[in-house]
Amino acid sequence: MAVVFKRPHALKDVSLPYCPGCSHGIIHRLVAEVIDELGVEGEAIGVSSVGCTYNNYLFFNCDMAQAAHGRAPAVATGIKRVHPDHVVFTYQGDGDLAAIGTAEIVHAAARGEKITTIFVNNAIYGMTSGQMAPTTLLGQVTQTTPYGRKPELHGYPIKVCEMLSTLEGAAFVERVSVHDIKNIMNAKKAIKKAFQTQLDKKGFSIVEVLSTCPTNWGLEPVEAIQWLQENMLPAYPLGNFKDKDMEV
Amino acid sequence: MGEKLLMKGNEVIAEAALRAGCRYYFGYPITPQTEIAHYMAKMMPKVNGTFIQAESEVAAINMVYGAASAGARVMTSSSSPGISLKQEGISYASCAELPAVIVNIVRCGPGLGGILPSQGDYFQAVKGGGHGDYKLVVLAPYSVQELYELTVEAFNIADRYRVLAMIMGDGTLGQMMEAVEFRDKEETPDFKKDWALTGTGMNREHNVVTSIYIKPEELEAHNIKLQKKYEQIALNETRVEVYNCDDADIIVAAYGSVARIVKNVIKMAQKEGIKVGLIRPITLWPFPSKAFEKYAQVPKAFLTVELSAGQMVEDVRLAVNGKNNVHFYGRMGGMLPTQKEILDRIKQILK
Repeated sequence: MAVVFKRPHALKDVSLPYCPGCSHGIIHRLVAEVIDELGVEGEAIGVSSVGCTYNNYLFFNCDMAQAAHGRAPAVATGIKRVHPDHVVFTYQGDGDLAAIGTAEIVHAAARGEKITTIFVNNAIYGMTSGQMAPTTLLGQVTQTTPYGRKPELHGYPIKVCEMLSTLEGAAFVERVSVHDIKNIMNAKKAIKKAFQTQLDKKGFSIVEVLSTCPTNWGLEPVEAIQWLQENMLPAYPLGNFKDKDMEV
Repeated sequence: MGEKLLMKGNEVIAEAALRAGCRYYFGYPITPQTEIAHYMAKMMPKVNGTFIQAESEVAAINMVYGAASAGARVMTSSSSPGISLKQEGISYASCAELPAVIVNIVRCGPGLGGILPSQGDYFQAVKGGGHGDYKLVVLAPYSVQELYELTVEAFNIADRYRVLAMIMGDGTLGQMMEAVEFRDKEETPDFKKDWALTGTGMNREHNVVTSIYIKPEELEAHNIKLQKKYEQIALNETRVEVYNCDDADIIVAAYGSVARIVKNVIKMAQKEGIKVGLIRPITLWPFPSKAFEKYAQVPKAFLTVELSAGQMVEDVRLAVNGKNNVHFYGRMGGMLPTQKEILDRIKQILK
């Protein structure tokens, strides 16, 4: 009997601890599938960050480091400079990357650091139980914006891809979503392209993945997918923002 | 020994690191240690190494965390306010048992303070500037020659025990020019880093470098392991210079640049018939308590001289353990004590 579906080798045979309806499981799988397909598991070194995925170093089969809150791009920089021919990636959430780690991600991109960042944007702090993230939408209710995010009090959401794509060192910048099959397939393509960008030594690459957080959004999993489509897609348009391959 | 050169202290630290096989340096500009970064920026490309001027001290120490995780000899340097910023990474790297060398060319604080010499970071260095129960091996050179030798030694200690080692100097040492004699070749033991992140090559289980242990049993066990390691370090790596102490009227405790002044005070005092001894901790942690215990009842009193409000004096008092009086004399803000000031204080104590 032909095997048509199996666990990617780069993902360990463990049950993931994420809440029902959370997108992290899908995104972990996509990263692992890409590592398998590119045949780079033996040379891959990942960096976990702080948040719900703080211990995803346990789930990937490649070598892994765990970084302080927001510092994954700096840690990845140190690793990559020691092993320039290895494949180094970070896996970060929106609080980690776009608040406490803003300086590290901006400068890793500006240096054209040849690493790949998987940036999971679910518009909220998940691990600490639902506070405002830099990517929280205007009007969105969180534990720390109980009356909704108001620009005059809390400022505006940060559009990470738009911001990083202005930097010369960023070679591949794309925003994807994993709310349906078509988008999951697109997300995988982008993640693969990002890793390929690193393998080709073109510069920094990042894929922003719009993600659900039913627990902290206070929604059922199916409602969460609906909410993402209705609210996040207009605020965070999907698409490629930078691809040095396509530049003349 | 080999080549003898006249060099500036900060440059000797950088040269020593290169000779010890350090090929990765990450730093951020701050006075009075910038010559280390300048030297590294110039020399690293020549030895196929990496120099990065990071966006912040926080990023620099995390780049150190990454390079050390990857198995490399790596160094960062800074001065007091910058070292404060690095404390997060220092705590994480200590928990993750990463070997690396950190240089602190101390300036005076608190706050932005000033750029002149100080020893006000003693507590931060030896009592743990970051959160949690961890220790740095803190080496305090007092000459340019020692800056070289102890920097090389710092890398070996770091690799031997998988700890962070700190070189603690001040602007006097960093900016001073003095003769230094380099060995022709450094003896670097082969430290097998089978824990490092080098890629699994698909032929071993994955390695993980982490500082988080969510289960309390595991975290306590890890802490006990760290404490046992620190006990071993205290046993094997304590360094001290005991000078002129055998029949001393008074023993002065001083380290780093202050110990140089005290050595001249000893000569001055001799002419006046006063026997002054010196206990000079070379490792601030582990602290050479045994030397103080041994001489606790020899002199009429102890005097600790520091460029601070009195920090190491607490460890001297703990070591002397009530068996003698321990006095203190300190200057702050970048002011240095003169030999006469120290001698006057000695006479006052002995009166």
